[in-house]
Amino acid sequence: MPVRLPFRPRRDTYPPDLWTKCPGCSEMLFNKQLEKTLRVCPHCGHHFRISAKSRIEQLVDNGSFVERDDDLQPVDPLGFVDLKSYPDRLVAAQLATGLRDAAVWGLATMGGKPVSMCVMDFGFIGGSMGAVVGEKVARAGEAALAERIPLIIVSSSGGARMQEGTYSLMQLVKTMGVVERVRAACVPFISVLTDPTTGGVFASFAVVGDVNIAEPNALIKFAGDRVSAGTIGDELPAGYARAEFWFSHGFVDRIVTRAHLRDEIIALLGFLAAPPVAGVGEPVGGTGSRPRSLLSALTGVLVGENGDSRNGDSRNGGRGGETNGSRGEATRG
Amino acid sequence: MVDRILNRSHAAEAQADNVTAAVWAHVQQARNLKRPHTLELLKAMADEFIELHGDRLFGDDSAIVAGLARIAGRRLVVIGFQKGQDTEENIRRNFGLPHPEGYRKAMRVMDLAERYAMPVLTFVDVQGAFPGAAAEERGIAEAIAKSVGLMTRLRTPIVVVITGEGGSGGALGLAVGDVVLALENSIYSVISPEGCATILWRSAEQSQLAAVAMKVTAGEQHELGIVDAVIPEPGEGAHTDPAEAARLISEAVIEQLDALGRIPLDELVEARFQRYRAYGPFTVADRSAAPPERIGIADRLRGLLAGRANMPAFPGTRRGGSSGHEEE
Repeated sequence: MPVRLPFRPRRDTYPPDLWTKCPGCSEMLFNKQLEKTLRVCPHCGHHFRISAKSRIEQLVDNGSFVERDDDLQPVDPLGFVDLKSYPDRLVAAQLATGLRDAAVWGLATMGGKPVSMCVMDFGFIGGSMGAVVGEKVARAGEAALAERIPLIIVSSSGGARMQEGTYSLMQLVKTMGVVERVRAACVPFISVLTDPTTGGVFASFAVVGDVNIAEPNALIKFAGDRVSAGTIGDELPAGYARAEFWFSHGFVDRIVTRAHLRDEIIALLGFLAAPPVAGVGEPVGGTGSRPRSLLSALTGVLVGENGDSRNGDSRNGGRGGETNGSRGEATRG
Repeated sequence: MVDRILNRSHAAEAQADNVTAAVWAHVQQARNLKRPHTLELLKAMADEFIELHGDRLFGDDSAIVAGLARIAGRRLVVIGFQKGQDTEENIRRNFGLPHPEGYRKAMRVMDLAERYAMPVLTFVDVQGAFPGAAAEERGIAEAIAKSVGLMTRLRTPIVVVITGEGGSGGALGLAVGDVVLALENSIYSVISPEGCATILWRSAEQSQLAAVAMKVTAGEQHELGIVDAVIPEPGEGAHTDPAEAARLISEAVIEQLDALGRIPLDELVEARFQRYRAYGPFTVADRSAAPPERIGIADRLRGLLAGRANMPAFPGTRRGGSSGHEEE
């Protein structure tokens, strides 16, 4: 016979290793169930932040990911000490995440097509971009260039890493330099913006994808909260700087739920493929990169590109992320 | 005072206080509104200046000025941040905080520079991009990213002069160049000392410590290899003798332009790319020394009891192969 308590236990006191409280709807979620739904709340659709490793597992063909440069190790170029020293923060983050720095990059296949992928991990000092993260993004881009395979970057970062001073600021230039070369070479670049993508990461490679995809309700912004709300005194409206805000302002092509992200990217890669070097600019397989032919090729799958990345989207009514594909279990084995 | 009463005034502490005070004075100097800004410098340096307006998309940003200038007989495109020197002008200039239109105007004018073979000179003095909703929703992040991207591949020489505050991404949007010069009393940082203190010390009071920790002064940035050369300032600072400051800047810029003009464009752009590609030291770790997987508390205890503390080795001193630039 079960022991009867004289009072109901407080919801917050559920064991944390079994249950997680959803910040969206305050529902208690069973962790095993949450893993099955890719850490998306089944009640309100809140997308929990996930590690780089889980993100990669969810996106690529089973077992196809080969990590590169996992041995890059950050250093402390300024001898930076705030309340803790930077090396102490690094060790703590390394122990907590099992990563050497806040990004993982490697080669994989998606739907059988090879891709170069770099994923950031918010759990490592806020996913901040120092020299190692910048280097991994750059190397992922250079690999995409060399192999002429699509570049996919999944951002999740608070911005530049202050502890590395102006060296972190220079990572914006380093990554943009490579992304410009990727672009010039007609190699596709899909940028996935997840919660949160802010500061220097948003103001460099994350915002300039050939296609920008965001997860629902992801916080995406350039200026820090305290700066915008405090110094300037603007009243910040609800939903400010969330994925839907950027969709309606024309900076995000599509808002895609986590369950559909993999299929969505694979569908896009069906259209965006680097032409062989010899015939740069020539259409491949009749689709090419020209909007006309791309549109005429839209028969089975609906992959529309909303927004023109600058002046606002005139078709605000149509929400992105309506590709109805299942998770494509067949390709995942 | 308290220190003296408690009798714990150590020489080292006093020295640290002195350093902090000196760095903070330097920051204040860099922010002095009386310092000459882009238009004042151009007035002294240029024989001719035709300002160009508008980004052709939305509007004209008054916090960034751009135009065509003739300096010592050379045709140049000059782009720079413009703070006001008094309240009235500051309001008109939005306190020197640019909106996306400023960077888009800059890109438009850089494109002119490339097509009509004029070198680009930029003056950087900005606290940061305007952080309000108007800038955000019109894509300040996109504008800065695109501007940085364009400057990494622009096929004409670019000389950057940091004249006051080089603040964060807002400054970087105009600060990518073949040569980066800085006035003696200028600063350059990844985030404002106030912002850094708020985040890392959880108190804006510690801005002075943040300024020291980030090594913001022109001299320190030169040692780090971010700034190529420091231009001395006359007297107590550029604001005391703007004409002389402009002459010193002009001299340094012309010398750099002469050198850059002799380099073929392909080599120039490649060297600029490689310069920024190399920034940021890191090491390549010994694979066996670092944590392969997440280590739980139980594993660590077990490791401890078994006499092999399974702690990751912390970075050695060897720098990464591609970090040549900052090792000057």
